[in-house]
Amino acid sequence: MIEVEDLTVRFGKGKAAVTAVDGVSFTVRTGEAFGLVGESGCGKTTILRALAGLNEDWSGLVRIDGKQLMPKRERAFYKLVQIVFQDPYGSLHPRFTVNGTLMEPIKIHDLDRPDERIDRVLRQVGLGPAFRFRYPHQLSGGQRQRVAIARALILEPKLMLLDEPTSALDVSVQAEILNLLTDIRDSTGLTFLLVSHDLSVVSHMCDRLAVMNQGRIYEELTVEDLVQRRYRETYTRQLFEASLGYDKRLSTAQVKALDEAGA
Amino acid sequence: MTAAIETERSGLVGYLTAEVSRSPTQASLQRLYFGCRRFAQNPLAMVGFFVLVALILIAVFAPWIAPFPMNEQNLQTRLLWPSADHLFGTDELGRDIFSRVVYGSRITLQITCLVAVIAAPIGLLVGTVSGYFGGWTDTIMMRLTDVFLSFPPLILALGFVAALGPGIRNAVIAIALTVWPPIARLARAETLTVRSSDYIAAIRAQGAPAWRVVVKHVMPMCLSSVIIRITLNMAGIILTAAALGFLGLGAQPPMPEWGAMLSTGRQYLLGSWFLAAAPGLAIVVVSLGFNLFGDGLRDVLDPRDE
Repeated sequence: MIEVEDLTVRFGKGKAAVTAVDGVSFTVRTGEAFGLVGESGCGKTTILRALAGLNEDWSGLVRIDGKQLMPKRERAFYKLVQIVFQDPYGSLHPRFTVNGTLMEPIKIHDLDRPDERIDRVLRQVGLGPAFRFRYPHQLSGGQRQRVAIARALILEPKLMLLDEPTSALDVSVQAEILNLLTDIRDSTGLTFLLVSHDLSVVSHMCDRLAVMNQGRIYEELTVEDLVQRRYRETYTRQLFEASLGYDKRLSTAQVKALDEAGA
Repeated sequence: MTAAIETERSGLVGYLTAEVSRSPTQASLQRLYFGCRRFAQNPLAMVGFFVLVALILIAVFAPWIAPFPMNEQNLQTRLLWPSADHLFGTDELGRDIFSRVVYGSRITLQITCLVAVIAAPIGLLVGTVSGYFGGWTDTIMMRLTDVFLSFPPLILALGFVAALGPGIRNAVIAIALTVWPPIARLARAETLTVRSSDYIAAIRAQGAPAWRVVVKHVMPMCLSSVIIRITLNMAGIILTAAALGFLGLGAQPPMPEWGAMLSTGRQYLLGSWFLAAAPGLAIVVVSLGFNLFGDGLRDVLDPRDE
């Protein structure tokens, strides 16, 4: 579904240029859920924005669904690939009702039977028709993210890019949204590319993952490998241990080590 | 009869306050309704609102309100003091000042509305386009705006009227030319904060062409501050129009434009102060009304309060 070779994204010019993504290559198979993991600032969201066509300033070779991508996209591309953003409080236009938000892609792509499509997609994300004419400020965070997912689904894409879809939500709602995404994938056979800093989210959703740091992919492994702790890189181990949460023995050991180093 | 009206009223209120909207019209009407309710809670804004309503009503019904035709001269009754017959007295040609002030509201309303209709869309378009596209478009458009901004507004308007010739139509064009640049600046600043937001990225990621993003998604976000700005500018527009009239470059005699009336009244200020006071008072009240109304609108529309 996705083949990325030597993708490089730079911001700024001359001396002030920052290389956010540095020669990244990976492949995602059709129907697969692939995770990109790394701490914030490692370039994972930048990759997603370049793939979605939001940033035209990249170099390298990207093929989606067999077609090579140019920095400028044609309209048909956007029916194939859709993106869900991290913050549902910022990703819905405050002056548009749910209906208005969902109408826009239909109008842009000249789709038929708008009412039917909106009703169906709202039911698909677990929101009733009662939500159709509400404004974002009348919705909770979880409901907003459902609307954002509905907006991505309404074009019936083959590939969905998910940019930390749960990290702005509280824990109980996170589980709801993750289950919703899993259900959608089961029923539609979509390909997912999920970006997250949270290994537990990635291991819940994905089949394979790539660990990123400072604009590079350190290693690629399956979720099975990760759970069995069959990783090669120390960085992956650090991430994995961090995802296990607070461990008293570990932190006491670290404090002791630091003390000894200081003394 | 009253009962029927009661139920219909509560039906309408019910429609406007319903938890669940059933149509896009209902959703936007509800939004409007709650906005109006917030506006109505601000007494000063309501004063401004009533001044504007009064101005519009007076302008529309001028021939029925004014006791005399606006240009009827009677040299035997010149410079009469205010009385029951002539509420604000008569001027140097024996014309009824009250009638002239009433007819003058038409000219004032016409000038302010035309300026708003010309300047607001130009400012909004220039500002959003330049803010959204950035780069060379931005540089060229903003330097052009700077050129207009670097002149004092009244001097610029004076220059244009002097070049185009005096008269109301040219005054409107001249004033509009001085009003759009600050609006463009404002719209550009709003656009810069909006354009990096996720909802703009989201609509771009759905394949929306640039013009659609600007017109349907960026402009609505700038619209409220532009409306507030133009309403608050209305007072300035009225004063500029009056100043042009005062200098003899706006409305020409015998048109009852308030600024021009003020200018004639100046010659009789010591003996018959009411010649200048009546149109002056009208300018003050209407400017104040627009300012109060604009302040109230800001409280309702400003997204920073939401």
